[in-house]
Amino acid sequence: MPIISRGFRGRRRDDVPSDRVPPGQYVTPDFPVLSAGPTPHTPLDLWDFTIVGEVDELHRWTWEEFRALPSETFTVDIHCVTKWSKLDTVWEGVSIDTLLDGVETSAEYAVAFCDGGYTTNLPLEDLTDGKAWIAFGYDGMPLEPEHGGPARLLVPHLYFWKSAKWVRGLRLAATDEPGFWESNGYHLYGDPWKEQRYWGD
Amino acid sequence: MEGTAVLGRLIWRAAEVAELWLETSSVKTLVLEVAGWPGHRAGQHVDVRLTAEDGYQAQRSYSIASAANGSRVELTVERLDDGEVSPYLTEEARPGDVIELRGPIGGFFVWDPAPGGAVLLVGGGSGIVPLMAMARQRAVDGDRVPTRMLYSARAWDDVIYRDELERLGGDGLDVVYTLTREQPPDWTGYGRRVDSDLLDEVAPADLALTFVCGPTPFVEAVAEALVGLGHDPSRIKTERFGPTGG
Repeated sequence: MPIISRGFRGRRRDDVPSDRVPPGQYVTPDFPVLSAGPTPHTPLDLWDFTIVGEVDELHRWTWEEFRALPSETFTVDIHCVTKWSKLDTVWEGVSIDTLLDGVETSAEYAVAFCDGGYTTNLPLEDLTDGKAWIAFGYDGMPLEPEHGGPARLLVPHLYFWKSAKWVRGLRLAATDEPGFWESNGYHLYGDPWKEQRYWGD
Repeated sequence: MEGTAVLGRLIWRAAEVAELWLETSSVKTLVLEVAGWPGHRAGQHVDVRLTAEDGYQAQRSYSIASAANGSRVELTVERLDDGEVSPYLTEEARPGDVIELRGPIGGFFVWDPAPGGAVLLVGGGSGIVPLMAMARQRAVDGDRVPTRMLYSARAWDDVIYRDELERLGGDGLDVVYTLTREQPPDWTGYGRRVDSDLLDEVAPADLALTFVCGPTPFVEAVAEALVGLGHDPSRIKTERFGPTGG
């Protein structure tokens, strides 16, 4: 039983559909920024995206090649482990299915790696079947550096730290290797609907 | 990476308000007595949960302000007018009230007593809170790591922990202020927003590790300027809070 905090009423929002807000989250109209270090600024002519690890061969796209891939505009809700959720965010990106098309692998897990050294781990099946993208546009504009531009991973059904900013590639593997926050106290999987915030949740 | 901060399941614990005091007109410190508190490292944060009589709940994260001290945990909370939890903590809560708390959380933005050189702590507004925990832990441990704290506030009346920072100075810790909006008449510190030139003057020559905490634009500007000055991005640790969070 939770303890009642005397005199607490809260600021309930009647305009928010409760089936879209996971437990412990609140809805914000803002787009807060969280990251562990300085924002990297990689010039686009030096940018590439690679799929490495347990694959038949290295797969690599330059920025131009990546942007020439079929992309889609999609609207999703995002949920940050620091408690804010933002509904109906509009992104443009390339589906991971498109990038994995033609990649032969027996891997079941992936680690996204990024400029600045950030990593995050996910089961490969959470990246496929239309569940994840490499996003380069937000709200009709190029994705700003502080929000992960030029491109970030977007996996909206998991806590937002899984949607790695400044992503540069995926390393596929047979085993689940904890990434940056997953090694620093945060949950290995991170399902917001099960409130999997921290180790042991 | 450091991976030792949190072990096992983080459970919700009852936290009784033992004491509280005003730090500035909009900032209050709450001393909480938390039975079973496992201890923490300076720089870590906690989740706070409030429950209304009808079961409605709200959660927010707050940095821990205090050095490790048994079952006592101090939070310093800035009141956000459109907030949900911070107005309760800063205005409604009084000694004897019980809230819920779980933590400590975060194994990255934490004090390192052996950084291999000097440490720079850069705080903007209430971003000073986790840095204060570091300064306090350093003092408790008798650490002599050369440490410089750069504290940016709007005005002298907005500076949190003023008297204690004065006492903590010495033993290799010095505090540099910049007041961005309003300076007292005899002010000898900086009087502008933190920029590259200011950081170049303030950063210790043998800087090995920097912690930056504050609102996003502040953290972006400081981290960017430090990288521009040639400091290793992997030795700059940041913690940001957005326009909401309260």
